[in-house]
Order: sequence, then structure tokens, then C-alpha cells
Amino acid sequence: MTNGTNPSDAPGTETSVTGQEQPADTSAAGGTPTAGGTPAAGGTPAANSVLRDIMSGSWLVSVLSVVVALALGGVLIAAADPDVQATLGYFFARPGDFFIVAWQTVSEAYMALLRGSIFDWEARSLVRAVRPFTESLVAATPLILAGLGIALGFRSGLFNIGGQGQVVLGAMFAGYFGYALGLPPVIHFLFALVMAAVGGAIWAGIAGVLKARTGANEVIVTIMLNSIAGYLLSYLLTQSWFKATSSANPASRTIFDTAALPPLLPDPFRLHLGFVVAILATLFVWWLLERSTLGFEFRAVGENPDAARTAGISVSRVTILVMIIAGALAGLGGAAQVLGTEGKLTGGVAGTIGFDAITVALLGRSRPLGTFLAGLLFGAFKAGGYLMQSQTGTPIDIVLVVQSIIVLLIAAPPLVRTIFRLPTPAKKVAA
Amino acid sequence: MKRTYLAPAAAMAAATALVLSACGQAPEESAGGEGGDTDFKACLVSDAGGWDDKSFNQSGREGLDSAVEEFGIEEALAESQSDSDFGPNVDNMVQQNCSLTFGVGFLLEDAIQEAAEANPDLHFGLIDSTFADADGNPVELENAKPLVFNTAEAAYLAGYLAAATSESKTVATFGGIQIPSVTVFMDGFADGVDKYNEEAGEDEQVTLLGWDKEGQEGSFSGDFENQGQGQTLTEQFISQDADIIMPVAGPVGLGAAAAAKESEGTKIIWVDSDGYESTEYGDIILTSVMKQISQAVHDTVEQAMNDEFEAAPYVGDLSNEGVGLAPYHDFEGEVPEEVKQKVEELKQQIIDGEITVESPNAPQA
Repeated sequence: MTNGTNPSDAPGTETSVTGQEQPADTSAAGGTPTAGGTPAAGGTPAANSVLRDIMSGSWLVSVLSVVVALALGGVLIAAADPDVQATLGYFFARPGDFFIVAWQTVSEAYMALLRGSIFDWEARSLVRAVRPFTESLVAATPLILAGLGIALGFRSGLFNIGGQGQVVLGAMFAGYFGYALGLPPVIHFLFALVMAAVGGAIWAGIAGVLKARTGANEVIVTIMLNSIAGYLLSYLLTQSWFKATSSANPASRTIFDTAALPPLLPDPFRLHLGFVVAILATLFVWWLLERSTLGFEFRAVGENPDAARTAGISVSRVTILVMIIAGALAGLGGAAQVLGTEGKLTGGVAGTIGFDAITVALLGRSRPLGTFLAGLLFGAFKAGGYLMQSQTGTPIDIVLVVQSIIVLLIAAPPLVRTIFRLPTPAKKVAA
Repeated sequence: MKRTYLAPAAAMAAATALVLSACGQAPEESAGGEGGDTDFKACLVSDAGGWDDKSFNQSGREGLDSAVEEFGIEEALAESQSDSDFGPNVDNMVQQNCSLTFGVGFLLEDAIQEAAEANPDLHFGLIDSTFADADGNPVELENAKPLVFNTAEAAYLAGYLAAATSESKTVATFGGIQIPSVTVFMDGFADGVDKYNEEAGEDEQVTLLGWDKEGQEGSFSGDFENQGQGQTLTEQFISQDADIIMPVAGPVGLGAAAAAKESEGTKIIWVDSDGYESTEYGDIILTSVMKQISQAVHDTVEQAMNDEFEAAPYVGDLSNEGVGLAPYHDFEGEVPEEVKQKVEELKQQIIDGEITVESPNAPQA
């Protein structure tokens, strides 16, 4: 009700992605402020306005989305618990039971999530108590790397949905050069990392070239390339020359120790050099976007391709370059999996990292630091989920639901503002 | 206008139902504890298929649940969503001091092996795979027991039965993904059909579609999820005249059964569990090639509880009833008596060692 359904309530101005305020005369008439606010400037106005919608939300909206998602997740945890269901059977005879049991169930589950991701105060040793936090970092590493790639695409106006395929290619290259090639220490894993980046870059580059040269929609091309990458890996894992082992199972040989990313901490910690790579990649993407000329071109194309073209920027060159860099980052994410934790190639080595990375980039508002923090949050969800599931019996799907609700809310900032009765950004400016 | 009233009406109905169902008696506070008389804890980590995969994860969990119920022990379960979950999930089980931790499927081999080596005082089990080193050579661990099944033996009987009862003289099989635990069924099935052909006359020969044992090539649906793919494959087999089809693809087999149901006279041979009981397609299921994973898990838990844990691999075969054919159920009257007898004879010959069913995919133990 508070949100511009009635023209007289409509915001006076609307913040666009560029941070400039635009007069709201068109939005008052149209009733859909953001989509109608900007006159179509050629290119693909529909896609641009969706991107703009997603990115124009504030940090507050991100944080509140997480809060709402956790609250809804709590309701689901209670609903899925057999003990809570049992107390509902006699709710009117003794209602207190329901609230006590529901509270216990939900708080236990979230406590377990916390213990599994930050600090386990019930662990048997100090090492074990602090290990969960490092596990969160381990799980976050591939998400951050792939998420940075996706974020770079978003900032440059490209919907790169192909993170998954690029991660798979990165894993494939990293793994193959990790076990098929004997190289001296240090050089070996550096080489495997570089090859992983090359693999991801090739895969994303295909989509970039197709978009730049033929105008093919990058969303469709990258989605299709995801499937191709998955089946390519499945096929290669049936070929004994590729997997370098005589075993009939679809899994490769284990990588050589020289190719494994060196651990940052002694056993039983699994934290590896990949996390440092993720930090460096975050700094690199920040420098690229905010400080370099190339990054300025990327952002210019992202804001308005036609204006960028008029200003003398080669849009097709930018498209290809963005995809190549994004692919290389995602490829490093795949390498973090194979060289960091898994040690061998299997059909599911990439999990759903490429898709989770999209969520991470959205939650991080496509900013490098934001993506880094969002990656940490999702890594914590993942690491905490293991303990939550095995110790409290909470279905692991709850974690997925919480993540999905976060995306849903981020994609609809007005919904979050309505729930928390927040003023629209425009009103804030006016006040 | 109708729509306006629909929502409140539905809400009223729902609220009424809720109120009525919530009027039950509150239970008396009971002094009884958890009921467990032992601190033995049995744990299970699934692969990415999840607990409702109508295959080994599900059977493994059924076995564990039955043991938990029978012996009053504690349990912990962890469902893996992707390959990177295996290590952390197994580690979590170790951290909660699980006396016996099972991993389901060959993908968990590394995680279980690593945990077993690091925790010599705890016991482990691995369902459907043996242990191997980095180069693929089999290894034996002192505190980890592989539970494997030579399903080729039971599939051999199913192959013979299918060939002997096929009216169109064409039978078929397909798999989910080309991995040993799937193709071992297909090898046995192919050998069973060959056995029938050896004894049958020139014009009685039965053709097998979907698997070439020599070349180790055949039809696969590509995953263990897409039922539509199973349906398409089965329709193709039916159009090539096959009337008995054995899908070795977990839930994808449901798609095959749906296609078979559409075509009069087409029958299915189910795998893993008795499909007459576990699916809705009992009336077209000729028999099932059963793999008693749940029994093996149950027994292993019992042995470990009684301090009789042995790390020697358990290999389920016809002689120890770890694998076998399910009853014919609805087809009891339709399968000719002499075929039933022949199947029994073959079973005895395999148990006695007179026939060896060979498969490159059979578990090495």
C-alpha cells in the first residue's frame, strides 16, 4: 500500500544505477517507475532495466533480505520437525509445548549452523573449535572467484549465466595438468592454475565472441555452454587416456602433490592457497573496475552501450574482454576445487558453484568487496550446513531455501522495503 | 465475484481443519529416557542422489533405520548435495564420534578411506565400492568394510527368464550412467540371454537390445534423474519389438515403466528392490533383480555393535542371498513351470560353481 500503486503516492524521483535522480513524471503516468523512468536508449532496454533494478537497491536491502530469509527458514525448520508437528496435534490442550519445542528446534538448528561455520564451542579441542571458520573460507573460495567473474559481467551489462560451464572447464584443465604432467613443485600448481584460467577464459570467450560478432544473446549461449561443459566432462571421464587410471569408475587419477595448492595451516585444517588467490582476485577486480582505463570502458558499456560507442569505445572488444576475464576468474574457482580440496576430477566436481556464484554476485551488488563478503556468507552457510544437518537432523535443503529467498528478495527491493516499511530511496533524498 | 469468496471460504475450511486436528489430548509427561541402552552410534553419508533415490542411498538408509529401531542405538544422517560435500560430511560424523560410519557409493571412497586411516579406533563401511589407491589398485583397510554386490549373478537369471518368456524374441536393457555398479547388471543380463540362446533352436534365438557385453557399449539415459529420458529410450526399444525391458537407472526406471504400461504386453524387470512393492507398476513387473543393501547394512551394524566387526569385504551373491530374484507376484501363473525350474537349476549351478558369471565390472574382492 505504501508503494506507488497510486500516482499521488509515487516517489518524486527515482534513483538509477548511476546514482543520478531523474524526474518522475513518466513514472507517475506509467505506474512502473524504474522500467518506465528511462526512455529506451536503444540496445536492450528490457535487460538493462532488470539489471538496473537489481543493482539499484541499497546495502540495507541486502542485509534485510538475509534477515527475512533466515526468519522464513526458521519457520520451515519448525514445520519440518516431527517433534513440532507432534505438539501441533494437541495445540489447544497445551499450546505452550508448541512454542517451546519450536523455539528449541529452530534455535538449535541455527546454533549448529553457527557452530559449523564460525566457532564450535562444543568441540573437543581448540583446533577443532576454530576449524569451522577456516572451513567457511574453504567453501567460500570458489564462490568468491566465480562470483567475481559474474559480477564483472553484470557491471559491464552482460548476463553471464555460464559460470557453471566455466568452472567445469577450469576444473578440467586444472585437474588434467595436475595429474597428467610431472613438474617441479611450485611451478606445477602455478602452471595448473594458469591453465585453469585459460580453460575458463576459452569457454566464456566463445560466448563473448558470439555476442560481439553475431549479436547472439549471451544468456542463451552461456546456458547452452553449461550443458555442453557438463557432458564434455562426463564423456572425458569415460576415456582412460584422459583420466589416466585403469579404474572403470568415472573419476580421474588423483593429482600429484606438487600440483596441490599448498595448505596455509597444518592438518586438520583444509585452508589452502586458493583463498589468497581469491583475495588477490578481489583486489584485481576492484583495481580493474575502479582504477583502470579498461574498467572505465567496461562500466561505460554497462551503463549505456550506445553512449559508449559514440564516445569511441569498441563495444564488441569490451564484450569479448569482459567474458574472457570473467571466464578466467570462474576457471580459477574450478581450480580451487580440484587443486585445493577434491584432488581429483569427478562428474560433480563443480557442484553448483557456477550457479551459486550468480547469487553471490547479486547479493554483493556486483561490487568486488560486496561479492567477497557475500561469498564468505555463502561459504559459511555451506560449512555450517554440514554440522546442522548431521547433528540436528535439519534437512540440508533449508540452506538452499534460505539462499533462494535471499535472491528472490534482492531481485525485488520494493518488497523488502514494504516489509520493513522503509522509505523508497527517492523519498529519503527528498526528506 | 465468485473469486472474491473463494479465498475466505478456503481459509475458513483450512482453519476449521486445523482447529479440529489440534484438539488432541496432550501427552502425559513421561519419565522414560531415550530408550537406548548403548552409546553405539551408527551414521550414514549419502552421495548426491539423496535419500529418496529409489536406489542405494534409500536402501542404505532403510537398513540403518531398521538397525536403529531394532537395537535402540543412536544415528546421524548427512545428505550430500555435491561431490565437495563428501569430505566435510564424513568429517562431521567422525567429530560426533560415530562408532560406525557408512558412505554410499564409489564417490565416497576417498573420504571414507581418509577418515578410516586417520581414525583407527572407529569403524567405517563403504556401500557399493571397494577401496583403491591413487593408481586404482585395490587396497584393504583394517577398520573399513566394503559392501559390494555381484549382481551379475542375479541378473543372469533375469536374462534367462526374460529370453525364455519373451514372445517377440526381443529383450532390452539400459543403464543410467556407465559405471561398474550399473553395467554389472547389464553384463549378467546379457549372459543370461546368451545362455538361453545356446540351448534354443535356430529360429528361437532372442535378440538383446541396449547392451553389448563384448564391446562394453550400450544405451544409457545419462543420469539417475530424468524419467522422460527413460521413457523415450523404452519407447524406442518397444518400437524395435522388445517386450521385456530391464532399466538399471534408479528412478529413471519409472519412466521406462510408464512407457511399458502404454504398450500392451510389455513387461519390466526392476532392479535393486522388489519393484512390485516399491513402485506403482506391480502389474507389469515380471520380477526384480534384488540387491540386499539394507540387509547388509543392518548386519554390519549388528556385527560392529557386538564387537565382531570384520574389515573383510562383504560380497553379496546368490549363495549368501545378498542378491537374488524377487517373486513373480502377478506373473506367477504366466511363467511356464519348466522355465521356473530351469531358473532354479541355474541358480543352484551358479551357487555350486558349475556356472561362473563373469563380468569385468563385478566387484574385485
